[in-house]
Amino acid sequence: MTFITANWNPLGEAFYRKSELYEMCWNLRDGLRDCLVAAAPYGGPIALLREPVRRSPSSRPQLEIYSASGVSIASFPWKSGPVVHLGWTVSDELLCIQEDGSVLIYDLFGSFKRHFSMGQEVVQSQVLEAKVFHSPYGTGVAIVTGSSRFIMATNIDDLKLRRLPEVPGLQGKPSCWVVLNQDRQTKVLLSTGSELYILDNTSCTAVSLPGLAPQGGSIVHMSVSFSYKYLAVLTDSGHLWTGPSHLQDKMSEVDTKKLTPPKQMVWCRRPKSQQPSVVLMWDRLLMVVGVCQDTIQFPTEDQCVLVGEMDGVRIISSTNQELLQEVPLVCQEIFKIASMAPGALLLEAHREYEKSSQKADEYLREIKEQSMLGEAVSQCIEAAGHEYDPNTQKSLMRAASFGKCFLTDFSPGQFVTTCRELRVLNSVRESSVGLPLTHTQFKQMTLQVLIDRLVYRQFYPLAIEMCRYLKIPDYQGVSRVLKHWASCKVQQKDLSDEAIARAMCAKVGDSPGVSYSDIAAKAYECGRTELAIKLLDFEARSGEQVPLLLKMKRSQLALSKAVESGDTDLVYTVVTYLKNEMNRGDFFMTLRNQPVALSLYRQFCKLQEQETLKDLYNQDDDHKELANYYVTASYREKRLESRLSLLQSAVDEYNKAKNEFSAKATEEEMRLLRFQRKLDDEKGAGLLELSLQATMEALLALGLYKQAEQLYRDFRVPDKRYWWLKLKSLAEKEEWDELEKFSKSKKSPIGYLAFVEVCMKSNNKYEAKKYVSKVTPEQRVKAHLAISDLDGAADAAIERKNDSEIATVLSRCSAADRLLIERLNRASTAKK
Amino acid sequence: MAAHLSYGRVNLNILREAARKELREFLDKCAGSKAIVWDEYLTGPFGLIAQYSLLKEHEVEKMFTLKSGKLPSADVKNIIFFVRPRLELMDIIAENVFSEDKMHSSRDFHILFVPRRSMLCEQRLKEQGVLASFVNIDEYILDLIPYDGDLLSMEYESAFRECYLENDQTSLYHTAKGLMTLQALYGTIPQIYGKGDCARHVANMMLRMKREFAGSQNQILPVFDTLLLLDRNIDLLTPLATQLTYEGLIDEIYGITNGYVKLPPEKFAQKKQGEASKDLPTESKKLQLNSAEELYAEIRDKNFNAVGAALSKKAKIISAAFEERHNAKTVGEIKQFVSQLPHMQAARSSLANHTSIAELIKDITTSEAFFENLTVEQEFMTGVDTDKVNTYIEDCIAQKDPLIKILRLMCMQSVCNNGLKQKVFEYYKREILQTYGYEHILTLNNLEKASLLKLQTSSRNNYPTIRKTLKLWMEDANEQNPNDISYVYSGYAPLSVRLTQVLARPGWRSIEEVLKLLPGPHFEERQQLPAGLHKKRQQGENRTTLVFFLGGVSYAEIAALRFLSQMEDSGMEYIIATTKLLNGTTWIKSLMDRPESQIS
Repeated sequence: MTFITANWNPLGEAFYRKSELYEMCWNLRDGLRDCLVAAAPYGGPIALLREPVRRSPSSRPQLEIYSASGVSIASFPWKSGPVVHLGWTVSDELLCIQEDGSVLIYDLFGSFKRHFSMGQEVVQSQVLEAKVFHSPYGTGVAIVTGSSRFIMATNIDDLKLRRLPEVPGLQGKPSCWVVLNQDRQTKVLLSTGSELYILDNTSCTAVSLPGLAPQGGSIVHMSVSFSYKYLAVLTDSGHLWTGPSHLQDKMSEVDTKKLTPPKQMVWCRRPKSQQPSVVLMWDRLLMVVGVCQDTIQFPTEDQCVLVGEMDGVRIISSTNQELLQEVPLVCQEIFKIASMAPGALLLEAHREYEKSSQKADEYLREIKEQSMLGEAVSQCIEAAGHEYDPNTQKSLMRAASFGKCFLTDFSPGQFVTTCRELRVLNSVRESSVGLPLTHTQFKQMTLQVLIDRLVYRQFYPLAIEMCRYLKIPDYQGVSRVLKHWASCKVQQKDLSDEAIARAMCAKVGDSPGVSYSDIAAKAYECGRTELAIKLLDFEARSGEQVPLLLKMKRSQLALSKAVESGDTDLVYTVVTYLKNEMNRGDFFMTLRNQPVALSLYRQFCKLQEQETLKDLYNQDDDHKELANYYVTASYREKRLESRLSLLQSAVDEYNKAKNEFSAKATEEEMRLLRFQRKLDDEKGAGLLELSLQATMEALLALGLYKQAEQLYRDFRVPDKRYWWLKLKSLAEKEEWDELEKFSKSKKSPIGYLAFVEVCMKSNNKYEAKKYVSKVTPEQRVKAHLAISDLDGAADAAIERKNDSEIATVLSRCSAADRLLIERLNRASTAKK
Repeated sequence: MAAHLSYGRVNLNILREAARKELREFLDKCAGSKAIVWDEYLTGPFGLIAQYSLLKEHEVEKMFTLKSGKLPSADVKNIIFFVRPRLELMDIIAENVFSEDKMHSSRDFHILFVPRRSMLCEQRLKEQGVLASFVNIDEYILDLIPYDGDLLSMEYESAFRECYLENDQTSLYHTAKGLMTLQALYGTIPQIYGKGDCARHVANMMLRMKREFAGSQNQILPVFDTLLLLDRNIDLLTPLATQLTYEGLIDEIYGITNGYVKLPPEKFAQKKQGEASKDLPTESKKLQLNSAEELYAEIRDKNFNAVGAALSKKAKIISAAFEERHNAKTVGEIKQFVSQLPHMQAARSSLANHTSIAELIKDITTSEAFFENLTVEQEFMTGVDTDKVNTYIEDCIAQKDPLIKILRLMCMQSVCNNGLKQKVFEYYKREILQTYGYEHILTLNNLEKASLLKLQTSSRNNYPTIRKTLKLWMEDANEQNPNDISYVYSGYAPLSVRLTQVLARPGWRSIEEVLKLLPGPHFEERQQLPAGLHKKRQQGENRTTLVFFLGGVSYAEIAALRFLSQMEDSGMEYIIATTKLLNGTTWIKSLMDRPESQIS
């Protein structure tokens, strides 16, 4: 514990420490010499491409992929062209940029994913240098070609190549260059030695470094910070200029007194850095140059690689890996020798308490007197997060817990969270997992991404345990892990379909959010159709199963799944697909087994393909629908002959359907049509399309009484309706004699009140009167009233001794009918 | 604008706002000025969600109706088609797009499918070679539209026809989806009851969808306690009968579409205007009818015979309120009076409108024809002479009254008699074919398929049993101060609502026998609530039931449900949802087939 500061080195006001992360598990025979190395930030994987001594077809270079702790993940001979640069994407994919401008993408396990090219012209001119960079848009690639042109792709997942403008006077490659991300634009900053240029989409602008001493010399090395905010430039005279990357200012200029250019130069900062620095690496020396002009020097024995992180620099050598970082302020305050910060006192208090010493109380009292206990607890918790050694973490957390006991209103949130997060971090830092994340990096990266990374590395059990431990909702946690596991599992060629499906069902069960159809799609992609079908069976959402089933040509199954989903659009989609895929007979048979699909298809045909509709009904021997179909079809025919023949078909079908009524009605319609045509031909009556009733009406209007009569008899029209029709028609034409004749032809089936009323409608009181006497006694009052014969009405009412009728008549009387009123009243009272 | 949606037990404005938000988001996706090309059918339902002003705020400058040929010219950056997913509309769109390309090429095309995008339609667009012309193809999920404070409608006119004639259950899929959306906003509904095949199908789909979305369960305290799904075909009788509530009669006589009614203008001539405007307006008067109008909310569900009294009472209150001004002495009082003036004037004009409407309706309800029709309806409903040819129907045919009126009566007789005797049935059918034309054979076939008309097969008529058990006929219906739902039809208590009432108390177990007489299964399902979302009911707090009518609901049924909500001891509040608001006429119309219309 006392030696915690042993590896601290002062730099200006601050301290830097270099602590070991791992002893590397790998066994590199030749160290890192003569290798292309790419190590991803956030404790990402390391890729090595060892150049053979002599390039020949027989001695291919070996591409090796390791975890950050040096555990071998993949290794295979490189069979493609010469590689200029290696780099990792944000999603842990390896980019191998070849001389000819093609970029090959491999996953973590060394399997080839895809490739793209940086443009046709590069094949000729070749890539001289390349860089992989990360921006909010994703992972990008920038190259400089043999013809000194820069070509850039800002997001390899949405490839758009940008050819940057020419740099005046540039021959070959520039002496050094970096990619900058400023104002949502990606630019290249390059130096030709003496000159400095900024290249953006449209222009190439010469710039200068503010305040660089004139004797500075030409630029040999540049480095941009993790956040793209700061720039460090080294000149051939060994001067290191630092400043913000927009080049408007200078932070400092330090003379390193080294004239050889370094192997690597990387920024070393942390959020809220007190004392940012730049780390330069030569063959046997590592120099930390603070902006404050102070430096620290570490000797190195081996070839190393520096990996810039957001809060420090990782130094990877063939034997071990260290993290160089500025000691976080809170750790400084606690561990600095003779610190009186509240956290430091609390740590001391706890230490004394463990020793059962009463000094614990003195320390505590001192903190409490300054009312700093809360602060002290927070400090301990925060510092614990920054410490890498679990023992240190524990003692700090214990101190915090101890201090918390004396506080009444201290929220436990921070303490609990930090405990959890430290457990997670410690478990992923394990050498076997090999993700040396700092707490700061972890916060930046987020838990979601960490889980993703574990999943990519196929640490499924750990990922699931973590999700459960952190109580992440299944949807974002366990389910996601299972999904990945499942799609990885289906690719295992050595397992039988049966075994995989069983394992899948056992593990995944019905975890929410795991889509079996996605897994099945994956299985199908790998050529395992049978497995895909088995897996689809587990899918709860039938709708999801359909597209894949169609793709796999399991159309019948697709159809029943579509029907099951209830989504009619989906059913239609499958039906349309089937229609194109199958011969007609099979298609109809398939539909026959799926009544829902069949009726939807019928609907479709009704609107789009009338002919098919007929075939469908025919196949099903649905005579009634077939008959209806013919009826509908008959109305589309202009020619009467074809219309009649369609109706005849309808009659036949109605008969087959044992629908006698409809058959007969249709026959009658045919008879009517023929009759109408005959009369139209003979008399130009214009009857076609009219109903029977309208036809008779028209005939009566034309005075063709005999023909109307004929229809009435032939079609067995009910007397009542015919009498009404004729009555109204005659009255309308004012054929009063004809009407009278008609009324006497036989006893009216509609009574005679109708005659009275219809005559009155034509304002013919004279004619109306003729029928009043024929009206039945029950309606007589009404009849008299209809012709405004109050006296008659009164007589009838009194005769019938009907109170309500008397009242009706009374209500129609006006004051002038005094006598009548008296008579009626008398009759009314006499009855009582 | 839509405050009336939030007054009820359930704040339906949430649903409307969700729909508006989605619309805005889509419109903003198409940057720049826009023109909307409307599938005409959609304009009505959309009016319930958003007025033109909302569209305008999002740079919609022009609106057109979708029709074949060339698109009208408009200087806009985006052309957006708002359409239902129908193949015939896709063909029109394709035509539009083709004729467009030659003129301008700078306009962007978008499609918004309502209520759901369709692979079938996209395939069609692809076949037509225009799919690639669209920048955005999106869907606007508009299943349940808030229609009033306690009413949701899908405005899906053909739902009944599709389900019962064409065996096309698209509307039920939309219903299930709509109910899922509703549950996402208002919490999982713990109890589902239902009666009928469609109800069963919808419930099945809902349960399946819930399984599919397992894990993404929302953590909303359930607003609805119960969902009741009712097939329209378990109660074919109710919509056939003439509605006798105020709102029901407005719908029967003038037709309410998407919340608006068009009335003959004569009665609404401005009386107090200058002489210049003395000639009568010729355009019909369009009025919006919903509970935002205080007076309307008060009288809409009354039996029409009670409306007159309510109106005159209201008139007295309003004139008394205007009289107040004479009593206003101090400046404060006058100020208060003036501040109430706009409200009072609105009340007065509302009163004037409804007095006019009531007069219009009264002219009709007091006519002999209306009375005779009603008498026959009531005879059928009480089971008088339902097995004979009815002379009134016969006379109406002879007088060539509107066919729909005949069909309504005929269907009613058939339903009340559990089918017609062959002789009667064929007589009616022949009469119709001879009088109105042979082509109606298709319509008659349809009505038969939908069981609205049928041949009596067994001699047993169930209807009287159902009527008696469920007390569907109440002799002494009180129209003025109702004590039973039967007031909405002056005696007949709508079967669907009676079922709802019995479900609440004492429960369906008491009427098992009757339920078996009605078509389709009846069922009960429970949906598990996530722990902690179980409602702790306060003493005396009402439960809320969502009653969903699959295939349509009439205004009178809604009135009856509202009456139940208001009954003090019912302990239940009802929210009503439906595929479409209908009455006997619009319903029968939707089932008719007219071959002529297919000629064109």
